Amino acid sequence: MNLSCPVPKLDFDSIHLGHGSGGLLTSQLLDAGVFTLLGNELLDKKHDGAVFTMNGRTAMSTDTFVVSPLFFEGGNIGDLAINGTVNDLAMCGAAAQYLSLGFVLEEGLKLTTFWEILLSIKAACEAAGVKIITGDTKVVERGKGDQVFINTTGIGKVHARANIDIDRIKPGDKILLSGPLARHGITIMSQRQGLQFETSLSSDTRPLNKIVLALLDHFGEGIHLLRDPTRGGLATVLNEIAKDAGVGIDLSQKNIPVEEEVSGACEMLGLDPLYVANEGLFVAVVDAAMADAFLQQLRQWEHGATANIIGEVTQEHARQVIMKSTIGGRRVVNMLAGEQLPRIC
Amino acid sequence: MKYISEFRSPEIVEALLKEIRQTAKGDWHIMEVCGGQTHSLVKNGLLNMLPSNIQMIHGPGCPVCVTPVNLIDKAVYLAFERGVILCSFGDMIRVPGSGMSLLEAKSKGADVRILYSPLEAVKIARENPEREVVFFAVGFETTAPANALSVLHAHREGLKNYSILTSHVLVPPAMEAIMKDEDCRVDAFLAAGHVCAIMGVDEYYPLVEKYKLPIVVTGFEPVDLLEGVLMTVKQLEGHEFKLENQYTRVVEAKGNRSAIAVIDEIFEVTDREWRGIGNIPLSGYAVKENYRDYDAHKKFRIDTREAHEDPTCLSGEVMKGKIKPAQCPNFGTRCTPVKPLGAPMVSSEGACAAYYHFNIQHV
Repeated sequence: MNLSCPVPKLDFDSIHLGHGSGGLLTSQLLDAGVFTLLGNELLDKKHDGAVFTMNGRTAMSTDTFVVSPLFFEGGNIGDLAINGTVNDLAMCGAAAQYLSLGFVLEEGLKLTTFWEILLSIKAACEAAGVKIITGDTKVVERGKGDQVFINTTGIGKVHARANIDIDRIKPGDKILLSGPLARHGITIMSQRQGLQFETSLSSDTRPLNKIVLALLDHFGEGIHLLRDPTRGGLATVLNEIAKDAGVGIDLSQKNIPVEEEVSGACEMLGLDPLYVANEGLFVAVVDAAMADAFLQQLRQWEHGATANIIGEVTQEHARQVIMKSTIGGRRVVNMLAGEQLPRIC
Repeated sequence: MKYISEFRSPEIVEALLKEIRQTAKGDWHIMEVCGGQTHSLVKNGLLNMLPSNIQMIHGPGCPVCVTPVNLIDKAVYLAFERGVILCSFGDMIRVPGSGMSLLEAKSKGADVRILYSPLEAVKIARENPEREVVFFAVGFETTAPANALSVLHAHREGLKNYSILTSHVLVPPAMEAIMKDEDCRVDAFLAAGHVCAIMGVDEYYPLVEKYKLPIVVTGFEPVDLLEGVLMTVKQLEGHEFKLENQYTRVVEAKGNRSAIAVIDEIFEVTDREWRGIGNIPLSGYAVKENYRDYDAHKKFRIDTREAHEDPTCLSGEVMKGKIKPAQCPNFGTRCTPVKPLGAPMVSSEGACAAYYHFNIQHV
């Protein structure tokens, strides 16, 4: 925790039902916490909503965050909630500008925990260049929630040259992945109760807006689609693309970057990295003519060293993703039926 | 990765395939016993790379698939009705019981926890002295040592609130049951490498002698599997039958003696019901009488009605290698991973799930 931002001195050290009542306790909590840390000219009005002007094409996105454990190597639910929505907007080709922030807190949550989450939210907002302009806090009885749930909704201006649309995907397009696969999911899993194992991994949660906007500056309409493979992982996103665009996708396993430690953990747990969640990663479907230049610029990015062209859109096998395995076999990469479950032996 | 990448080398795979193509003259049906091997064959696309006269038959070596419905009902009952902390390996919890799966029980409020190790369950028992903790001890010889060890640990610590619900199964009796079946099409076996890593290979000599067919102890990587296939094909073409060990980097002839000692301390061999296959004599482990306090079967009076499987599920035929998953009329229609009729459609090692997941429609 940042020593310059000590936990505010309040009459309580944990959240209780009164903090969600809308009365004095609520405003005490918000004044000491949310407004102090996240204040700006719009939020400070403390009105029921924020009033502002947007011109031109605008994107909007919402996401709700539940994660266990709340704190993990490389991040916590706070920065996840900011980066998640910032990134969803970036996938629309938009620069996130304003966010709403909604909390569902469970009675008994320690104030220090809440404070630490708020500090991460503040840092994530600064890193991404976004402002929280409206919000809400509710408290539920102990046992009715898992400490903290967060919802963020974001709004942002779409890049002038962005033309991101599933209908623009065509056979021949190249598919790129911005970095190594499955880091976030494996980090979280390694810290869950019952599954603890030692890794030096940390989550890849980070804002993607700057790199995406820089790529849009250069490649504009050549970028046909952007997606972030969060829940369900890369396989799910590619299947959605194949089905929604009515095209086939050819993948090359040997070109998909997976760190050794991640792939080792997947081996051990019996998981397929293709289905493991990511946070600070994106898939780009781009015009074949500019794929190499796109890759070069992506690799210049501080997190893009292992970015690669992992596949191609094809007219063959419509609506299916087919991967050439490292040993040269071919197999269908399907949607998962449910959650990936660790196997027995 | 050291010790892995060389077993996934495209060049070695190609060389082995070439040799298999050159060696295999006849039509051969080779059963890979273990579900992990099935999964690897499918995941790596090996089934399509083998010549068409080599047919792989997918064996019963998926512990989740052969755990009887009745036992899942018992686990659900313990978790749901008796309020125990029911700990289980992950892929067990989605398998349908006659009423519900453990996953459904969990969603309705039962305390079901997914663990990687039964020793974790002992820890939970230690931390929750007021609650009963039951570990659902399923698996082949591979998981038996850890499950036995958990009982030993609980015993040494004097924990009174820990027990295991066993449904341990043994590989060699299942292979024999398959051989005895009149419709058996199996010409040779790839024995399960990890089971042999624990138990050694001696149990297989009598099978080789009695049924006069090749058995090759085989690993799980693409190169392992193809090497195993090549070794069996060479024997078959040379009219030989012997026990060979492809997986020498892991399997020693005598197995893992300390693991076997722990198994012998806690378990005794017993008859066992296999889901989809039926009763096989002396094919499982039960907790020995002097550790009965740790046997959930004896500790709790478990009241569940005799459960019956869906009669239209052909998983038994699949596991005996009589049909391929896609030949089942319910495959992908009435039976999918979302709404499975039988366990092989659920477990990641089940043949039906592997075929469904990787979209193998041909037979």
